[in-house]
Amino acid sequence: MSGGVLIFGEVVDGGLHPTVRQLVNAAGRVANASEVTLCLAVDGSFDEGGLDGVSVGEVVLFEHPDAVSDGIGGVYSLLTELVCDAVERFEPGVVLVGKTDAGSVVSARLAARFGASLASDCIDLALNAEGRVAVTRPVHGGSALAVYEFAGDGLQVVSVRPGAFEATEGVSGMPQVDRVDVSGIGVDGAVPVLVETVVEESEGVPLEQADVVVSGGRGLGGVEPFDQLRELCGLLGAALGASRAACDAGWIDHSHQVGLTGKSISPTTYITVGISGASQHMAGCSSARNIVAIDKDREANIFSHARYGVVGDWAKVLPAFTAAVAELD
Amino acid sequence: MLKIAVCAKQVPDTDIPPSQFKVDEGALRVVPPAGVPPIVNGFDMNAVEAALRLRDAGAEVEIVVFSVGTEFALDVMKKPLAIGADRLVLVDDEASESLDAMGTASVLAAAIERDGGADLVLAGRQASDWDQGHVPIMLSEMMSAPLVTLVRALSVGGDGSSFEVERVAEGGFQRVACPMPAVMTVTNELGEARYANLRGIMAASRKQPETMTLADLGLGELVNGKMVEMTRLFVPVSESNVEIIEGEDEADSGRLLALRLREAKLI
Repeated sequence: MSGGVLIFGEVVDGGLHPTVRQLVNAAGRVANASEVTLCLAVDGSFDEGGLDGVSVGEVVLFEHPDAVSDGIGGVYSLLTELVCDAVERFEPGVVLVGKTDAGSVVSARLAARFGASLASDCIDLALNAEGRVAVTRPVHGGSALAVYEFAGDGLQVVSVRPGAFEATEGVSGMPQVDRVDVSGIGVDGAVPVLVETVVEESEGVPLEQADVVVSGGRGLGGVEPFDQLRELCGLLGAALGASRAACDAGWIDHSHQVGLTGKSISPTTYITVGISGASQHMAGCSSARNIVAIDKDREANIFSHARYGVVGDWAKVLPAFTAAVAELD
Repeated sequence: MLKIAVCAKQVPDTDIPPSQFKVDEGALRVVPPAGVPPIVNGFDMNAVEAALRLRDAGAEVEIVVFSVGTEFALDVMKKPLAIGADRLVLVDDEASESLDAMGTASVLAAAIERDGGADLVLAGRQASDWDQGHVPIMLSEMMSAPLVTLVRALSVGGDGSSFEVERVAEGGFQRVACPMPAVMTVTNELGEARYANLRGIMAASRKQPETMTLADLGLGELVNGKMVEMTRLFVPVSESNVEIIEGEDEADSGRLLALRLREAKLI
């Protein structure tokens, strides 16, 4: 493959965003480590020690005093300029970014500016017979998978779904690190201005870290049943989730939404109540190890993903289930 | 008067059961079940709702819906008109099937330009068919307009020449001030589109869309520029190994489920 791979990684709290080590692993599918450059936009708070075990040819730290504040806030205007500068500087054949909030924006803006080809939210990468990148990505909300192959000799931009690749682990040793002062790069023209970032305290156990998650869906029919789920969550130390339909109906806040456009969860046990298992929902819980479904429709898609299930009216099944859970020691 | 362009895409209905979701692997196409009409992409309807709320808040707005595609179901595409959008512009061309995101963005940019431009371009965060979300972001680059993604609330700023925006961010939200003209993507957190009333439906049925082809926009050459080619489309097979717990009645099943999960050390 010509030109090598440029990973544009994200920095959070002075260290690597979890996607960075996943991207290093993904890059290994299409290039040798020596052909991979990891570029990170950093401010003065970045700790180089966090790069231990990152196996790439070179790490380039783009130093800009506003790099991280724009990354977290703003709408990634500066980050877009920095990634475009990196592409001009290193002339890669392939650019990899994570399909995060920032990655979604900068990958599409980069592709538009360079007339590059772009594939988003990829879960697998390979080289085809012509030495160009072929990607696999879920489409139609995860109902189908599609393979796309890049044509032509232009720049290929790929965003990778967070969690689709494991992080490379068990390797140690510092990569070669170079620093480049890019503080002269600014943003021209009209840009959005970040006024403030508001962190919303999530209710109960955070979904992304929970070992047990209990979710409710359209089948619950209203606000009140979610109180019953909260009671169960309390007994199990579980996080409370919901399908998009339940959130859009206003029965529960959107911060609980699990799915393609909501949160991605990876609990050991995922208990769903009144959720049919539309592919858009399943896209958010594909990493759950054991799905337990309570739903009245035996034909519902959720049962083809579940390990255990009860077919029945949740209003009768759930209280008895919760009562039995309360009696377990 | 604030001119708002809303980009909307006709997509297959997402509300069909997964068992009825079929693809033609040879033609690399999704085959909708017979008799199920398409829908306007749900996130694009959220975008229409965002525009209507600007009007509700007192702004004088003209809302024009733009769509690129072919084989349009007119009664479906008129849904935004039925809830209050003013006009519908359809770029209806068989060749649009072969456009990639850059191509689609170029067509939308040209159609909006031909219509006299816009102070605000709104679109859904992504389309529910290919789930990419590229087009509006690319459109912002082409129009050299500021971009705000994942908008959940929107109002006109006190100066009348900017927008006050709330966008969804990891772990919360961000307040953003955005100058005009701008491109924004809207997420479902903004709220579902309102229902059409009878008067709206009647008014929409009397309106005719303005239609044009790629050639009308001077973009007849665009069709051969695809840079990413789909080479395979398939439905992944998942093997079901579900253990259905059945007790004497539904409550008993619930009780037995708890015991089974404890036995399996899952709770």
